[in-house]
Parts: sequence; C-alpha cells; structure tokens
Amino acid sequence: MNDRDQPTGLTALDRPNSYIGRSVPRPNLARLTQGRGQYVSDVSLPRMAHVAFVRSPHSHARIQQIETAAAKRAPGVIAVVSGEDLAKVCTPWVGVLTHLKGLKSAPQHAIAVERACWQGEAVVAVVARTRALAEDAAELVEIEYQELPAVTDAETALDKATPVIHPELGDNLTFERTLDAGEVDKAFKESDTVVETTFLFGRHTGVTNEPRAVVADWNEGAQRLTVHHGTQAPHMMQNIFAKHLGLAEHQVRVITDDVGGSFGIKVHVYADEMATVALSKLLRRPVKYVADRIESFVTDIHARDHRVKARIGVTKDGRITAFEIDDLTGIGPYSVYPRTSGIEANQIVNLVGGPYGCPNYRARARVVFQNKNVMCQYRAVGHPIATAVTEGLVDLAAAKLGMDPVALRRKNLIPDDAYPCGSASGLKFEKLSHHASLDKLIAMMDYERLRKEQAGVRARGVHRGIGFAAFIEVTNPSAAFYGVGGARISSQDGATVRLDAQGAVICHTGVTEQGQGAEAVIAQVVATSFGVPIERVRVITGDTDNTPYGGGTWASRAAGIGGEAAWQAGKALRANVLAVAASILQAEPKALDIRNAAVVDAETGRERLGLDEVARIAYFRPDTLPPGFQAELMATRHYVPRAWPFAFTNGIQASHLEVDVDTGFVTLLDHWVVEDCGTVINPQLVDEQVRGGVVQGIGAALFEHCLYDAQGQLLNGNMADYLVPMAAEMPDIQVGHVVTPTADSELGAKGAGEAGTAGAPGAVMNAVNDALRPLGAAPITQMPITPGVVLAALGKI
Amino acid sequence: MSAHEITLTVNGEEVREAVDARTTLVDFLRETLGLTGSHVGCEHGVCGACSVRLDGVVVRGCLTLAVQCEGHTVETIEGASDSGALADLQEEFRTRNALQCGYCTPAMLLTAAELLAGSGVPSRAAIREHLSGNYCRCTGYHAIVDAVEAVARARAGATS
Repeated sequence: MNDRDQPTGLTALDRPNSYIGRSVPRPNLARLTQGRGQYVSDVSLPRMAHVAFVRSPHSHARIQQIETAAAKRAPGVIAVVSGEDLAKVCTPWVGVLTHLKGLKSAPQHAIAVERACWQGEAVVAVVARTRALAEDAAELVEIEYQELPAVTDAETALDKATPVIHPELGDNLTFERTLDAGEVDKAFKESDTVVETTFLFGRHTGVTNEPRAVVADWNEGAQRLTVHHGTQAPHMMQNIFAKHLGLAEHQVRVITDDVGGSFGIKVHVYADEMATVALSKLLRRPVKYVADRIESFVTDIHARDHRVKARIGVTKDGRITAFEIDDLTGIGPYSVYPRTSGIEANQIVNLVGGPYGCPNYRARARVVFQNKNVMCQYRAVGHPIATAVTEGLVDLAAAKLGMDPVALRRKNLIPDDAYPCGSASGLKFEKLSHHASLDKLIAMMDYERLRKEQAGVRARGVHRGIGFAAFIEVTNPSAAFYGVGGARISSQDGATVRLDAQGAVICHTGVTEQGQGAEAVIAQVVATSFGVPIERVRVITGDTDNTPYGGGTWASRAAGIGGEAAWQAGKALRANVLAVAASILQAEPKALDIRNAAVVDAETGRERLGLDEVARIAYFRPDTLPPGFQAELMATRHYVPRAWPFAFTNGIQASHLEVDVDTGFVTLLDHWVVEDCGTVINPQLVDEQVRGGVVQGIGAALFEHCLYDAQGQLLNGNMADYLVPMAAEMPDIQVGHVVTPTADSELGAKGAGEAGTAGAPGAVMNAVNDALRPLGAAPITQMPITPGVVLAALGKI
Repeated sequence: MSAHEITLTVNGEEVREAVDARTTLVDFLRETLGLTGSHVGCEHGVCGACSVRLDGVVVRGCLTLAVQCEGHTVETIEGASDSGALADLQEEFRTRNALQCGYCTPAMLLTAAELLAGSGVPSRAAIREHLSGNYCRCTGYHAIVDAVEAVARARAGATS
C-alpha cells in the first residue's frame, strides 16, 4: 500500500489522535529522574572481574620489556595480559573505507604490540576482583620503553625530515582530497575584493558525563558473548566483536540500556573496549571496564583540530564569486575503525560554501598521522568548521565592503525557489529554506533594535557584537555514507510492532536512545500510525537479540529513518488488525479504522470493537475465526532513504554577546536559532536537541581545547583544566522553525541533532569580531576564543 | 587495605558495613549498597554527578570518604524520590525535557532542591549560578533553568 494513508482519507500526519507535532514527554524520563536508570556503569554480573589498563606515558615508544610478576602476585589479581597475549584472541583492524580513495592506515591492536603510538594507549591489562585492586596491581607492572621521535605538528608531518609513524605506509599522509569546480582563478581575478585568512580550530572532545563503559560476558557453555555496551550502534558492534573474536554474529548479543551521553563519542571501536571483550573470552567470565575521566581525555576520540587557509572573492555590490580552502588536520596514529578519520576533512570539503549558490570552489584537504590521541567523528562532523570558515569569510568580506552582514547573506543565499539544486562540491539539495529562515531569525531577534542598542551602549564603552552563521546539515544518511565504502554499518533501519494480549502495542526498533528522545519519537509515530493513545505503546531499543537490524542513532538519523520504519510498521499492523476485526465484524477492512485503541467505522468514527477484544479473540479464541483465516498481530517494516543520498537541512543562528576589552572575557547575552528539519514530530525534543547542540558549539568556540605539548603529552586531561560549558556562562537560547518536509518519506522528517553544534561556533566568532572591529582589532579566526586570544587581537598582549 | 566498620543512616535505613579507608562515599553507595542513582563522572569534584545529601547538605560523593560518614545521615536520589519531596521538581524536569541522557539528573535535582528550599523565586541568573557546579552535556541548561524557575514560582504561589 503505497498511497499516503488509508483508509481514513486523511493525510498521514492528520490522523485522528495524531501525536505528530506534539510535545509529548519522553516515556523513560520519570525513571531517570528517580535515579532508576540502568547505565552500563551500573551493571554488575555474577563472577564479574574488573580490568584496569597500564597506559603508555610516552606518545611514541618501543615496548622493550614488560615485567608482570609482582602484579600477578598482588591481592585479587586474576590475570595480567599483554598485547601479544591478547592478539591470540582478538585480531587487529584497519580503519579504511574504499570510497575515500587513497585513505590508508595501519593495523591497530586491542592492546599495543611492540610499540605505543600515543600517550594513553593501553600496553598491559590487569584484571582483578575489583577495579581498585586492578589499579593497585597495575602500579606494580614495570614496562621498559625506548622513546621514539614523536610526530606532533600536523604542519610538518609530511616533511621529508619528519619520521614516518608507520614506515610500511611510506609517509604520514592518511588521506587527501582535492576539488576544483567552476572557474576559480577567473572568478578571483574578476572579484573586486578578495579576503584571505587562516582559521585554526582547536582539538576538543565529547566529555560524555558517563564515560565509555562495557561489560563483556563470554559464556563458554553457551558459546555466546553478551556485551552490555554504551554504544550508539549495537548491530555495528555485534559485527565487529564477532569479526575480531572469530565468532559468528549470532553468537554475539549487544545490549544497550541507558547511555550517559554519546554525541558521536560512543559510535567508534575503542581498543580498550575490544580488549575488555577479548579478556572475557580469554578468562571465560564477565569483565567490566569503565573509563575514568583521565582515560576518557586520552582515549575518547578527539575532533576538529583543523588549520584551514581560506579565501573568498566578492564583487563590490556584494556578490560572492569564489571560495577556496586548504584544510590540514592531524588525526593521531591510526584512522579510527570502522568509520575512519577521513570523514571530517571530507565533510569540510563538501560543506564549505554550502548555503550559497557559488559555482566556483576549489578545495584541498589533507589528513595526516601524528602521535597524539586518535581523532574521529564527533557531533556535527565537519559542519562547525565548514560553517565557521564560510561564515567567517562572509563576515570579513561584508566588513571590507562596508555592507551589513545580513544584506550580504540575503544577496547570496540560495533562493528558496531554486530547488532542487546542487552545490559546487556536488551535494544535492531537495529543498531548503535559507531565506525564510533568515527572515524568521531577523524577526525573532529584532535585529534593527539590537543594532541600535549596540550603537547606544558602544558610546558608553560597552562592546557588544552580533554574529550570524547560516548552515546546512547532513541528515538521514543513506548507504552513501559508509556502506558503499565497505563498512558493515546499516543505513536502513527496521521496526517490529506487535499487539499484546490486552491491545497495547510493543515496538522493537533498531535505533537507539542516548537521551535524544528516540523512544518518544518512535512511540509518537507508532501511536499515530496504528491508532492508540501513546500510553499504550512501549518501545524496546538497544538489544541485537530483540530488535530488527539497524544502524542505531547517529548522524541525525533516528527520527527520519527509524521513525519512518516505525510509521510503516504501525500502518502494516493496523492493516493486519483490521483484517482480524473485519473478519469478526463481517465488515470490509476498508470500512474500518483504528482510533484511540478501538476499531471504529472509518466514516462515522463509531466504535465497533476494542483492541483488547480483538487481541482476546485472536490469541485465545482463534477457533471462532473463519476457517483458513490466520491473524497476524505482528508486523515488521524497514526503511532507507532512496531518492536522496542525504536529507540536507538548513538553518541560521545568531549570537549576541559582550566583550570585556580589559580582561578579554566574553559574556554571552542571547542566542537564536532558526532551523528546518522538515516535519517536526516533537517540537520540544527538536528544540532541546538544538539547544544542547548550540552549547556544545559554544564550548568549542570559547572554552574547550585538548592542549598538547611538542612531545605529544596532553597537558589538561581533567575537568578542572579542560573547560566545558557550565550553566552560569550559558545564555538562554531561542529556537524557531521553518518546516520543509522531505518527500522521500511519508513522515517527511529530517534530522535535527547537529544543527546547533554546526552553527554556534561561527556565530559566536562573528559576534566577537563584530564587537571588536570598531576598536581596530585584528579579526579573530581561531578557536577557542580565550581571553588571551581576545587581548592579543586587541594588541594588549 | 585495612577495613573499617562504619554505621550510618542511608535513606532512612541504618547500614553497617566494612569499608576500606580509601573508599569514596559514591563508590560505597553504588558498589556496596547498590544505590546506582548516584553517578560517577569525573572523580575529582568538578562535574557534580555524584552529589548526595550528607546530613541534609549536598556534598560531592567523590570527594567524601565513606569512613567520614560514620554516624551521619546520607540521602541519595532513591531516598529523596521515595520521600516525595522532589516530586514537583521531577515532574517539571520530565514535562520540560530538562534531561536527555539523565546521567547528571539525580545530582542536578538534589542541587536544585537545595536552592528551592530557600524562600522566594530566584532569578534565572541565580539559578544558573547555583547549578554552575553540575555539568550537563546534553541540554544546554536552558530547560533545566526553566524547570527550576517554574517550581519556584509554583511553590511561591502555593504559599502566598
């Protein structure tokens, strides 16, 4: 049944008792507010042992000798295991994808073998009865290292004089991509003004409140591995655990209950987690590992750390003629498995200039190895950088032309009636709403009044700035993201919906819940498409034994892809239930509908039969149904976007802030966001995704930085020295919406998880520069914008 | 490691256990008593996820040793929930989606309750200041401030 919705004749989203577009509270929240969640950190199993890792204090060193006798004798110790021991149980991996042409990396082991390549890489595992005893014994392990030269500066990583980290690869170049679209040289030549600068984006990391955690339980009798894992992608991990431990996938069950924050941190393969799983197999008992905060800082993937040389050409009347970027990023000693560490640079090439219809665009991105912690995909992958570069250039050009930054944007943003269209980098846009979003933002923030107020307070020596950042966001990825490159990461997702014996609905979904509200969205969708109050829907996620195969929750895919699968499954179950009801009532299925948990006459809405009665008859008195009729009270549907490789969304943000020109401190006053994620299933959840994302973006803009010295030592691996946004420094954030559904699905929902993070850093940077420009300050093009950076721009230090 | 026997009251129940001197209060609560509603985030007093009440005052469970609690009274989110004292705040957090992953939430609730125990309706800035020792990576804080403000207003309205 491919028509939009039958048999009511209403459009899909307007069904009676629709929950689409309603701010329904999430079903799992009461439990979490009472401290009755079940995070992996909370899991305890019989005979469970704990592992602590001895980690390399050097960023690059040969492991000469490991002395474990004293540790093995320590109280409570069960095993002390080296990389070579563990390699017998767990094979190494290489983080490459075939569609990122030329991307190369070296085999990485669960525990370092022969050589440690970054400070914090695990070298020895100590398993004991408790974590404290394991840590005690870890202190007794003696390792003799021969320090090797550390490659830390991305700028010189490719120089002939620089040692090659993996000699077998030939050089330190992980990946390079170039792009040359339109007539870039001609366009720059014909420009009236060219602005050129270099942007620096600091390394930062996710700092999930619950650190990474895993409890692995190999049952030798059952020959099955159960892994309680705080992951965003249970089926991906099932495949990887099986592959590297020599098991069939059906021997592996991954269970993901509550996850204390993820943001892309928990979607990768971590060596210490693989080691924990391998140790369970080796020791034939459950083994638990929870990263402590210092371990999180030196082993959770880092992100960003890009140096982007960039220029923009404009005509004197404000038409953008060309963009050019040269991006360089250092990603640590290994490309992270299985999503690789080439994606962020690749995204930057894809996304720069994205909101503008400029056909002339040249880009080069180089990704290099270095002896620092690994880098990989973190919330809004590449977007914050591409947006800050693009919007930073646009603002610098506007300032040089003496144009209002809003006017320059209005002149160049892709017109709302230009779709479908594409970008110079080859992205395909189904339908975006840049101008409608900008108009809405300007109204929300009362731009004219704000400019007047800015001028007014400036006269009193108060320096406020207003900054904008328009952006596009990649959501609902198809197989084009990973599948085509050979990674076994599902882009499709499934949902199974069944009627229980009292007429309630149980939905098993392949997407996962890490706080975004996927459970609520799935429940809303199923309640609507099937026809029951939401209280009658229970959603089950995060269990590879009990959910349809799916990708999980990342890249803003849960609502758009998992939601559509659930929508279709709900419809299919409705058709099945109506077949039963029609048989009981001797009516035509088409004349019936399900509304508010009852079978009703589609035309009049008159109740004919409760769902509890349908279930009772189908389950307990099927003998009363006509001969040959079999009730099917469970339905499964899958969905993957096919018409478009990605559902692009768009939006724009504005930051209003005040800079203390004596101290360099930035005070955030207001922040506005207008975004367009298509059909809004739950407005509150979308707003909250945006707000949380904005604050993560603000963290990058002002606070967060993994500081390394020249030897590759992380200098601030704790929460006292690595600053994260706290309540007192954050502004209220106003969120507005423009709604442009995708026609690729019946729901029309696109993703919203990364919009906030994508735009905030650029908006804040532009606002700081807007505040400082009249003072003759040098434009700030580096993040985080610390007080020192501000004072340096003002020439005060 | 020498064990020390301690006696204390946890969520209204007397507890007698042997603990190592180095065992933190939050590890004791989570691992010995199974009260996993208190969470461990940074173990150096910055993130606030381990906050519990000690004799009615919110403290960091990771900076307090279990042996220091001999003879004292500890209340965790489990106890505070069952007492009903947080019900209005919990409901406001739920309806405003003032939590996403929920990991910071038990401690955030206890800390907010401390502010709400005072009189009057605190300003948004005062709410933000009071919660500034509790790290939340998910929400961006706006909805949390909304929830606390709403409860303060409701309670003030109810008593005025």
